[in-house]
Amino acid sequence: MASCDLAVIGAGPAGMAAATLAAEHGLDVVVYDENPAPGGQIYRAIETVSLARNSDLAFLGESYRAGAALARAFRASPARFMPGTTVWLVQKDRAIGILRDGKAAMVQANRIIIATGALERPVPVPGWTLPGVMTVGAAQGLLKSAAMAPSSPVVLAGKGPLLFQLAAQYVAAGVAIAAILETGARPIAALPHVWPAWRSGTIGKGLALLRAIRQGGVNIIRNVVALEAEGRGRLEAVAYRTVRGTGRIATPLLLLHEGVIANAQLTKAIPLAHEWNERQQCWQPMLDADGNSDVEGIAVAGDAGGIGGAEAAAHSGRLVALAALKALGKIGRIAHEALAETERTAWQRHLAARPFLDALYPPPDASAQLADGTLVCRCEEVTAGQIREAVSLGCAGPNQAKSFTRAGMGPCQGRMCGLTVAALIARETGQSMSEVGHYRIRPPIKPLTVGELAALE
Amino acid sequence: MNATTAEADVIIVGGGLHGCSAAYHLAAKGLKPIVLEKHVVARHASSASAGGVRRLGRHPAEIPLAQASLELWHRLGDMLGADGNFRPSGQVRVAENEAELAACATRVGETRALGYDFEELLDRDALRRTVPAVSPHCVGGIRVARDGYAFPFKATTAFRHKAEELGARILEGAGVTALDRAGERWEVATGRGRLRAPVLVNAAGAWGREIASMLGDTAPVKPTALMMMVSDRMPHFVDPTVGAMGRKLSFKQMQSGTVVIGGGFEGKVDHATELTELDFRQLAESATNAAAIFPIMAKARLVRCWAGIEGVTPDDLPYIGPSKAAPAAFHSFAFCGHGFQLGPIVGSITAELIVNGRTNLPIEPFRVDRFA
Ligand SMILES: Cc1cc2nc3c(=O)[nH]c(=O)nc-3n(C[C@H](O)[C@H](O)[C@H](O)COP(=O)(O)OP(=O)(O)OC[C@H]3O[C@@H](n4cnc5c(N)ncnc54)[C@H](O)[C@@H]3O)c2cc1C
Ligand SMILES: Cc1cc2nc3c(=O)[nH]c(=O)nc-3n(C[C@H](O)[C@H](O)[C@H](O)COP(=O)(O)OP(=O)(O)OC[C@H]3O[C@@H](n4cnc5c(N)ncnc54)[C@H](O)[C@@H]3O)c2cc1C
Repeated sequence: MASCDLAVIGAGPAGMAAATLAAEHGLDVVVYDENPAPGGQIYRAIETVSLARNSDLAFLGESYRAGAALARAFRASPARFMPGTTVWLVQKDRAIGILRDGKAAMVQANRIIIATGALERPVPVPGWTLPGVMTVGAAQGLLKSAAMAPSSPVVLAGKGPLLFQLAAQYVAAGVAIAAILETGARPIAALPHVWPAWRSGTIGKGLALLRAIRQGGVNIIRNVVALEAEGRGRLEAVAYRTVRGTGRIATPLLLLHEGVIANAQLTKAIPLAHEWNERQQCWQPMLDADGNSDVEGIAVAGDAGGIGGAEAAAHSGRLVALAALKALGKIGRIAHEALAETERTAWQRHLAARPFLDALYPPPDASAQLADGTLVCRCEEVTAGQIREAVSLGCAGPNQAKSFTRAGMGPCQGRMCGLTVAALIARETGQSMSEVGHYRIRPPIKPLTVGELAALE
Repeated sequence: MNATTAEADVIIVGGGLHGCSAAYHLAAKGLKPIVLEKHVVARHASSASAGGVRRLGRHPAEIPLAQASLELWHRLGDMLGADGNFRPSGQVRVAENEAELAACATRVGETRALGYDFEELLDRDALRRTVPAVSPHCVGGIRVARDGYAFPFKATTAFRHKAEELGARILEGAGVTALDRAGERWEVATGRGRLRAPVLVNAAGAWGREIASMLGDTAPVKPTALMMMVSDRMPHFVDPTVGAMGRKLSFKQMQSGTVVIGGGFEGKVDHATELTELDFRQLAESATNAAAIFPIMAKARLVRCWAGIEGVTPDDLPYIGPSKAAPAAFHSFAFCGHGFQLGPIVGSITAELIVNGRTNLPIEPFRVDRFA
């Protein structure tokens, strides 16, 4: 079995920063990412965009440019990068299952840094499975990697920085936006958190985005309390309700977004110990100040450990790499403390914006307005009503819901329905989300065929 | 329930298929049993199970029970008002070479000699007619037509609901921590209070050894994590459940199109948490076996792998029947990876032992003290 000092899973800002630092200090570092190039979510395809389409950077925005420097340093470092490689298994003994070019293999790592980033929070609304309904993140991915933008007027619905960022990118790229349907009200609760967020630069960036969107003449409809994607066979229109009344907009493309959550699929499958983050309404691994999990030698960096954003992710990556360097004897305790202190301070400064953002864009109550007919589990086609019925028959938690309804048993392994199913059960049974718990996730957490597993090296 | 000691006619420890089946058969005979389940009904083997309803290849000692159980499986819908999705689509065991085919013939001969004719020898052509997708190198096998499979969770809940309808009670979150014989009654301490009943049934699955030892019986059991995997939906290509003479394999395509693959490969059991860890080196072998018999599977995408904890004994046979150390206590546990098929009949045997003091089925080979 192949081996390495440090395996880094994910080459976003967190993974790149961690791997660069660790490799420069002499560790044998291997970095796996399923994408063909480094960058992660925010800096997706950063190298091709910055080389071949330098002008594109203009509409992708200033923050995208910062990623180019990270990617260059990463490429220049001795870290071994394995693009196009999915990690489908991580064991507690730090054996890793990878798949590359259709070949599955196991690798033994001395330490592991998990930097698998965030996922968009699934937004189950009636009709969300119709062709023509996508997530903001998916649309942005197309914009970054293939420079693909919609040709007819699009509706964006939901809330959060990413939604406004895409809107601003569309405005800059000349894409027509029929409307932005902003869900929920901007709450007063955000006010106390304004100052730290301002200091971190977040508010300035946000205001600039909003200015750009307004200058583009985009119709922003606020206080949307209910949404429905309508159409026979594919999306034809979006119906909505605000506190003041109802409306309907004809469109072939609806982009949904309700913020991002830690991608806990891998960390749960190991399983590391997790805790429920009430503010961000998601599960995240329990980590110490250096990013170490409860399992010896396995640490988590960046958004995979809790949403902090791209800048925070890079600092968190370095912080976690420093801990690995200390643990493997590459730097002493004193050097570690000095270096870690710098990274931690910078990390905290960026994290300081989160309470503001979380309060400004509070996650929706995943169970509240879901009509019984709304699909919750897309793979097995289970509705909110079926989950409620299972609860009335004695189903007390998400793992039992699998047996009762098959929800969460499909190919996505509950990525799309886990939180919603748990929230429905919590609401029906009067329990908290941490009492209700989450699906037990089992490897392989990424696609693997029977033939590939059979040929495991 | 917490303050006072509740009474029942029979206390059943364990809410898997065997506990629920015993509860149903007892309630059907007019008794008021209570099932004490540590977690929730069907938390362990009885929902993780592959659900094979198979007489094919059974140990001779289990055949009489399996015969009687199969008849109950075919009547499950009438009996319980729900059939647990039992589908009698047959079971086949494949021979990959002449030596294995000879072993098939020997096996079929042996079962015939015992007086059973359910196993049928298949030659190359007959195998292909029954299982057209089988790999071309396979030379024949054994078929049992009226066997099949069911959905373990649904079958277990079918027994549970009918039992409750007939007056049985189910208490979840009630792990049994201590047992006492006080006069003519068992007194049981659980996480949800104390209960009393004149009779006790141990249906605690892989944990049955602990309950047995509280009764004074020594019954060795190794809790074992049996691993399974399931593929994405595939076009329909096979009806019967398929095993192999020379490999560890259990293979079936569900009506939804997904393919469920097992065969007794073991992962690890974490005793304290009652969780399991998968062993992918072992699963790789399991995948090899599936693709060897069904080449179409090589490209199938795995959707999920899991493991369930089952009690395994030194001779691969369960413990069924009265306690030898304690009065009015009965065992039904450690089914060694093949107790799903036996669920309907063993509950009935236990009820007969309790109500009539005897059963017509031969349960001597399953004595609890056979290793003592
Ligand atoms: C869809 C989406 C779009 C986003 N767009 C923006 C944006 O435009 N601007 C912004 O500020 N923030 C954006 N974010 C938030 C963003 O995730 C963070 O700000 C930042 O990218 C976090 O960095 P990271 O290194 O923690 O993770 P990421 O940048 O997400 O990097 C994680 C990497 O891990 C890889 N990976 C994950 N699982 C596996 C696996 N099992 N095997 C192999 N590789 C794996 C992924 O391919 C990815 O490259 C986005 C988030 C999402 C979910
Ligand atoms: C992966 C797998 C595949 C299988 N495939 C097949 C197959 O194809 N065909 C076949 O015939 N058989 C098969 N089996 C075997 C079959 O599923 C089992 O034999 C059967 O389900 C056992 O049922 P049970 O009620 O004895 O055990 P369980 O279902 O495990 O129930 C025992 C219950 O007792 C509870 N318990 C334990 N201790 C206590 C306590 N102190 N107090 C209260 N409650 C307690 C547990 O929580 C558990 O719910 C398979 C098993 C597995 C794991």
